[in-house]
Amino acid sequence: MSDVRVVLPAHLRNLAGVHGEVVVCVAAPVLTQRAVIDAIESRFPVLGGTIRDRRTGKRRAFIRFYACEQDLSNEPPDAPLPDPVAAAIAAGSEPFLVVGAMAGG
Amino acid sequence: MTQVRVLAGTRKGAFVLTSDGKRDKWSVSGPHFGGWEVYHMKGSPADPNRLYASQNTGWFGQLIQRSDDGGLTWQPVGNDFGYAGGDPGTHLWYDGTARPWEFKRIWHLEPSAGDPDTVYAGGEDAALYKSADGGLTWTELTGLRMHSSAPGWQPGAGGLCLHTIILQGSRMFAAISAAGAFRSDDSGETWRPVNRGLHSEGLPDSGAEVGHCVHHVEAHPTQPDTLFMQKHWDVMRSDDGGLSWTEVSGNLPTDFGFPIGVHAHEPETIYVVPITSDSLHYPPDGRLRVWRSRSGGNEWEELAAGLPERDCYVNVYRDAMAVDTLDECGIYFGTTGGQVYGSADSGDTWAPIVRDLPAVLSVEVQVLP
Repeated sequence: MSDVRVVLPAHLRNLAGVHGEVVVCVAAPVLTQRAVIDAIESRFPVLGGTIRDRRTGKRRAFIRFYACEQDLSNEPPDAPLPDPVAAAIAAGSEPFLVVGAMAGG
Repeated sequence: MTQVRVLAGTRKGAFVLTSDGKRDKWSVSGPHFGGWEVYHMKGSPADPNRLYASQNTGWFGQLIQRSDDGGLTWQPVGNDFGYAGGDPGTHLWYDGTARPWEFKRIWHLEPSAGDPDTVYAGGEDAALYKSADGGLTWTELTGLRMHSSAPGWQPGAGGLCLHTIILQGSRMFAAISAAGAFRSDDSGETWRPVNRGLHSEGLPDSGAEVGHCVHHVEAHPTQPDTLFMQKHWDVMRSDDGGLSWTEVSGNLPTDFGFPIGVHAHEPETIYVVPITSDSLHYPPDGRLRVWRSRSGGNEWEELAAGLPERDCYVNVYRDAMAVDTLDECGIYFGTTGGQVYGSADSGDTWAPIVRDLPAVLSVEVQVLP
């Protein structure tokens, strides 16, 4: 179980009613993209469907996942996050970033 | 004191415009959901303070917002809009291939006349949803999308959108671009196309049963069998509940357009905004005009007072016209240039309520006691 710092884009912070970083509790023993998003949606149910498709679980096209200056967006959702990244996130020294992609106005 | 509330959905948020019954001075509240597209926002006839709004972006998808205090505060409700069944099937894509149904957004929200918690939603790709719990949960009424013609439905340029929902007790109408108009006589369980009399030059069979690009349909509450339609080209009417249609474009300068409205107290008085053509989505000659027919079509008069005389190249979208129910009927419409125009005298004269909003996607109006 890890407390993970998460940075949400402004629109999702507004929806969730939060300011700045949030911390979510990831229950899974291994940090994966899916485990982090599960934890975000568990703490903020209003974000269901805004980061990934409710039915398919696929990341929405204009959402990106970054950490430690690495793009994790296209990592398999159930693959363990790369070790240096996972360790930094688990230790709380780096946040997991949910980013709205640069895609026009 | 009577209050009039105009609900404007725009490309970058929602706005609530309020006035007293004179409708000459307006206050503006918003943007609500700033930065998000608000395709439609509509109040419940059963509880005018119950509002529903469709909020969407390409980044974060679809949300439905609900207000229980007339738009002062909002709460997100359910946004789980799936297609019923394990394999929802396919429709026709632009290139002629079969494409799986894929939910993109809600175009139109239609609250029930009698129950503020019951609301219908029209989606893209075309699907009709119903909520009976104030928008918390949604169920697809599959009878429409499972119609035998549905695998051949093809999106128009704006997408395969279900944009019109008319509720008449157990009878319902829905319209889809570019499939056409459909009618249900059993509260949405089963549907049949009602497009006889429509002709679309873009179809190999111009009078086909389905495939027509219907832009909007309206009906007056006291004449439920009479429907008025603005099609891609052609203004049409039906006097038999959609079973047959007759063109009533008459002397319009162009019969291309998107919205159509019906006067609140004169069921044969209708309004359109002629647009130059399907490739020139702005008014002819840069003059923004509403045209009114007091004879249910065919004979039209140009309404110009207070509207731009020149250099106006905006569009007016299909859900961006509304009428109020005051004794002197008010007409409202919004433009892609961010103006919302209002007329407090059935269209004789017009004035902008607000000029510089983001592009207006939808306009609805409520009269509050």
